[in-house]
Amino acid sequence: MNKSFEFIETTTQGAIGTIELNRPKVLNALNTKMITEIVQAMEGFDRDDSIRVIVLSGKGRAFAAGADIDEMANASAMDLELLNQFVDWDRLALIKKPIIGAVHGFALGGAFELALCCDLLFAAENTEFGFPEVNLGVMPGAGGTQRLTKLVGKTKAMEWLFTGKRITAKDALHYGIINQIFSKELLFEETYKFAEQLTKQAPLSIRLIKESVLKAIDHSIYEGMQFERKNFYLLFSSEDQKEGMKAFIEKRQPHFKGK
Amino acid sequence: MFETVLYEVRNTVAYITLNRPDKLNAFTEQLNKEVQLAIKNASRDESVRALVITGEGRAFCSGEDLAGVNDEMDHGEVLRKRYNPMLMELDKCEKPIIAAVNGVAAGAGMSLALACDFRLASEKASFVEAFIHVGLVPDAGNLYHLPRLIGHAKALELAVLGEKVTAAEAKDLGLVTKVISVDAWSEEVSQFAERLATMPTKAIGLIKRNLKASWHSEFEDFLERDAQGQRIAGLTDDHKEGVRAFMEKRRPVFTGK
Repeated sequence: MNKSFEFIETTTQGAIGTIELNRPKVLNALNTKMITEIVQAMEGFDRDDSIRVIVLSGKGRAFAAGADIDEMANASAMDLELLNQFVDWDRLALIKKPIIGAVHGFALGGAFELALCCDLLFAAENTEFGFPEVNLGVMPGAGGTQRLTKLVGKTKAMEWLFTGKRITAKDALHYGIINQIFSKELLFEETYKFAEQLTKQAPLSIRLIKESVLKAIDHSIYEGMQFERKNFYLLFSSEDQKEGMKAFIEKRQPHFKGK
Repeated sequence: MFETVLYEVRNTVAYITLNRPDKLNAFTEQLNKEVQLAIKNASRDESVRALVITGEGRAFCSGEDLAGVNDEMDHGEVLRKRYNPMLMELDKCEKPIIAAVNGVAAGAGMSLALACDFRLASEKASFVEAFIHVGLVPDAGNLYHLPRLIGHAKALELAVLGEKVTAAEAKDLGLVTKVISVDAWSEEVSQFAERLATMPTKAIGLIKRNLKASWHSEFEDFLERDAQGQRIAGLTDDHKEGVRAFMEKRRPVFTGK
């Protein structure tokens, strides 16, 4: 990707596309433009045939400390309605390739919401999550109340959202918010090891698994099952299904092409 | 920078001296806060590779200043607001921390010494679990660290009976690394600290991290920690220098990187 961004940095390494939040001086405070850039970069990777996995992380001391408060301190309700900034967040949910978040330091407010948009989350052991919006007389607006509740249930979601209390990596792991904790020094190395493995899995399987799992989150089990079934059938039209089953029978490693 | 703490960095060692000698360095809200900030400074300062916490005058620290205790006081909140943040800062620090116990370490003063990685005791030093004498329980992490250092039975004995433990007795219990004579005190404390400060700092930090984790890890998870710890240590300059010096049959020069 040749596009140059102001607030993020993108790189590729094999079939892994990485997006790094890049405003380290302000702990990567998220502004509207940064979110737009993240979405553009994600959509770019999603369309790029050479990329199979997307990694999202932050440069500097933290993933991100939250949204840029200066940007919205004086906004009126109608300013926000007309700005319609959260439409970009809706587009994030449409990315088809797996997104792995690698977070360290802080993931607070908008940054926690961004982390919750990832499919898998790895965290350094010192990481703190939280929704401090309540302390500013507002509340999360980019999915925080929805995504956190779907993940951990009403009880803990209410507690954390009411109090703005920090959630330790240990608690985040306990409640299923993150997949794994790594030493802070090894977060990126271990994330890439995992991402690398994921790039070797059949891409179409990963794609339709992601679509089906997301379906389970807000559809009835009946609808979800119907949807899953169709995706299962659909994979039998792929070359990778033929290759995968053939390799299994021939007792060798499959080689998947994403076709 | 501070009013109740002296902070000085000498030969890559940060010396944090509790400085209320006329009150036997008893803790006040300000002292708690300043110790916390001093530890934070030393943790962040890349030129610092070891910390020494000690007391000015004849005491190390006599614990909470009882002058501030009254009927209105919520003892739980005092711990949450003042002591716990100080102890968490100490716990977070990955550099070696030495308590240079120059005199009495009583109550929360003893707790502070227990929370450090090493305890050097002057021959005039003593440890007192003073809490029981005023009808309280050892706090500020005291009962967490004590049984890990000397075992459950001895910890209970000290905490319940509240008898003064001399430097020599503390040495026998395994509570202190070394007892030092009054004459040699400052020099030997500095020597010990400077020795630690020239060791592989990152590896010491990882030893601290993994030893702490060993108390609350499943064996299999702990083996994974071993792997991660060694991977990190294996990437340091100090590891490369150590191997090189071994091959070249010379003393290694560690930089803490």
